[in-house]
Amino acid sequence: MPLRILVLYAHPAHDRSRANRALRAAIEDLAGVTLHDLYDSYPDFFVDVRREQRLAEQHDVLLFQHPMYWYNVPALLKEWQDAVLEVGWAYGEGGDKLHGKHFMQALSTGGHAASYRHGGHAQFEIAELLRPFEQMAHYCGMRCLPPFVTHAARLIDERALEAQAEAYRERVAALAAGELPAPFDTIPSAE
Amino acid sequence: MHDHGFLEQALVYLAAGVIAVPVFKRLGLGSVLGYLVAGVAIGPWGLRLIAEPGTVLQFAEFGIVLLLFLVGLELNPARLWALRRPIFGLGSAQVLATVAAVAALGVALGQPLAVSLVAGMGFAMSSTAIGLATLAEKNLLPTPGGQASFSVLLFQDLAVIPLVLLLALLSGGKGAATEFDWNSAAKAIALIGLLVAAGRYLLRPLLRFVANTGLREVFVGFSLLLVLGIAALMQAVGLSMALGAFLAGVLLADSEYRHELELDIEPFKGLLLGLFFIAVGMSIDVGLFLHAPLLVLGLALGVVALKSALQYAIARPFYCGRSDAALFALALSQVGEFAFVLFGAAGQILPRATIDLLNAAVATSMLSTPLLMLAYERLLAPRLARPGARAADVISETNPVIVAGFGRFGQIVSRVLGGAGVATTVIDHDPNQVDLVRRFGTKAYYGDATRLDLLRAAGADKAALLVVAVDDVEAALAITRLARENFPRLPLLVRAHGRTDAFEYVEMGVPAVRETLGSALDAAQAALRVLGFHPHAAWRIAAQFRRRDEAMLVEHAPHRHDEKKLIAVSQQARADLNALLREEAARLRGAEEPGWR
Repeated sequence: MPLRILVLYAHPAHDRSRANRALRAAIEDLAGVTLHDLYDSYPDFFVDVRREQRLAEQHDVLLFQHPMYWYNVPALLKEWQDAVLEVGWAYGEGGDKLHGKHFMQALSTGGHAASYRHGGHAQFEIAELLRPFEQMAHYCGMRCLPPFVTHAARLIDERALEAQAEAYRERVAALAAGELPAPFDTIPSAE
Repeated sequence: MHDHGFLEQALVYLAAGVIAVPVFKRLGLGSVLGYLVAGVAIGPWGLRLIAEPGTVLQFAEFGIVLLLFLVGLELNPARLWALRRPIFGLGSAQVLATVAAVAALGVALGQPLAVSLVAGMGFAMSSTAIGLATLAEKNLLPTPGGQASFSVLLFQDLAVIPLVLLLALLSGGKGAATEFDWNSAAKAIALIGLLVAAGRYLLRPLLRFVANTGLREVFVGFSLLLVLGIAALMQAVGLSMALGAFLAGVLLADSEYRHELELDIEPFKGLLLGLFFIAVGMSIDVGLFLHAPLLVLGLALGVVALKSALQYAIARPFYCGRSDAALFALALSQVGEFAFVLFGAAGQILPRATIDLLNAAVATSMLSTPLLMLAYERLLAPRLARPGARAADVISETNPVIVAGFGRFGQIVSRVLGGAGVATTVIDHDPNQVDLVRRFGTKAYYGDATRLDLLRAAGADKAALLVVAVDDVEAALAITRLARENFPRLPLLVRAHGRTDAFEYVEMGVPAVRETLGSALDAAQAALRVLGFHPHAAWRIAAQFRRRDEAMLVEHAPHRHDEKKLIAVSQQARADLNALLREEAARLRGAEEPGWR
């Protein structure tokens, strides 16, 4: 069964981005993909809650695509989380609108892959840093999919970036076609 | 035809005015000419509906009295003092030069010196009523040329007193007359002193007392009583009624009742002044005109031409630029109602036939003014460079952005763009504004952006954006259409005035910013904060309103000509918006809400 994918794209300086621009261009035209540029829609940070909820309800996958800023999402995407994922809609009593959907993240980092390990510059592994998002998905009843990570976004050469963009396109296209990868689950099971 | 009662007379005057004035106004000839022609039409030489124009003329002179009272109200003593140079300098120059020139011409043409001098005095006078009413109708009174005209008219009002005395002397120099004059002069000075003192200490408490009765018609009655009473007092001591009313106006210009007085007197002034012009029209001796048309016309046009030339020559170096000098010269080119008085007072010097001829020329000259003013407005003013109506500046640079209109709106746009490193070419049609911003170091060009050649000169065919920031709705639409037609690839951004023209821009697909929407939303947001809403909540509510309102504008634009439909969709939209805003307010307000935000 094909899946409808909502890409919540958050880049405050899209015009100066390299990696994310290439990645975004690689998936923009795919069938079933809705690209929603948050910094373009809400330059004043006013996130229209109703509109965003309707949009989310109409899709099966929420895909956060963004550069990693301070081991987190850019501020507007965080504002999106704060404003849109309301009690009674996303969680809590009657908050089941995201139940059964999938959550995925496509992020770029400044540092090399090697930094993201214990003892490296970043001290933590990507999976550890993404735990708040994993838990967000979990709390809202969504299945968390493995992230798509592009390391050293400013440093990799053209060819590597092209390959990365192609890989991203394949991942998203497969998802749109309904091919689900194994869920991304770093939480030790309760049992 | 004879023995008309008051009612019939009133009917005739009102009907004549109501028919003629709108027609003339529509034709662009102005209300003054309308009244004058209406007067000719109903007078003894037209339909003969009114038997005795003389009595009406006397009554209608109060129109001038009220006009000067209102002019005085606009001019407090300090501003009057500031005008002393044009009043006495320009005024005396105008009167003396005209008297001398007319007298010299008269003598040269073989007239006796006395007759030539009297004609000169009469012709030196201009018509306060026509001059001021025409200038006011065209909103030209506050311009330098308008101020010069007003100043000189005021001087003439003063000058007519010594001139009448001089005529009495010329008429025979009876000793009694001279003695009487001193007496009267003393009385006049005493009265003016009394008036100033009363104006300062008595009039305001009196006005307050009357105003406190709360009866509007009593206040109106008192205003009229005040003006007419002062006029009567002035006349009793031999001064001009209009001058007295003007003085009373100046004394009350600083009072808190100024606006009420203005509002109350205004309609009376308008009606009586109209009546005055009708009366002047009726008194025009069409018979004499028909008998010797070339003589009357030649005399009238000769005087008008002479006065215009003299006045232009006097005003130009003395006071103002070319356009203002021309305005001044033409506004006062006619011979005024004081000439009737002066010629009347010179009965012993001038033969009856001469007086009739001069009077006919005076009336004819009055008819010419509205036409000359029309010519000034249409032909002269656009061409003559006043520090106002100068030729468009030559634009010597091309920038990526053109900003048309450099008022409060365009300035901010341009400054922000400039700060972001985007240079703008700024055009404004107000020369004063251009000069002002230039003094502050900003480069702006004077010119009319509704003209294609100017847009082209500014580089509209290569620019990246044209910002239409003019405040005039029609001009903004005109510039937009012009730009779209001639530079289809030039992106536009327009300042819209309100919903109505914003709809037009939606239809055209041109992005428009409603000029007060942003600031009104800022005010609403500030109001919510004062009322205790959290700043973030207040901001979200205002932002939500803006988003919906802008969406609604686009949704409703197709219905803009269908009022019923528009009302229906608007009401629905308003209800939706209210629900949305309440939701927004609730979203962020309560700590009692579940959830962590």
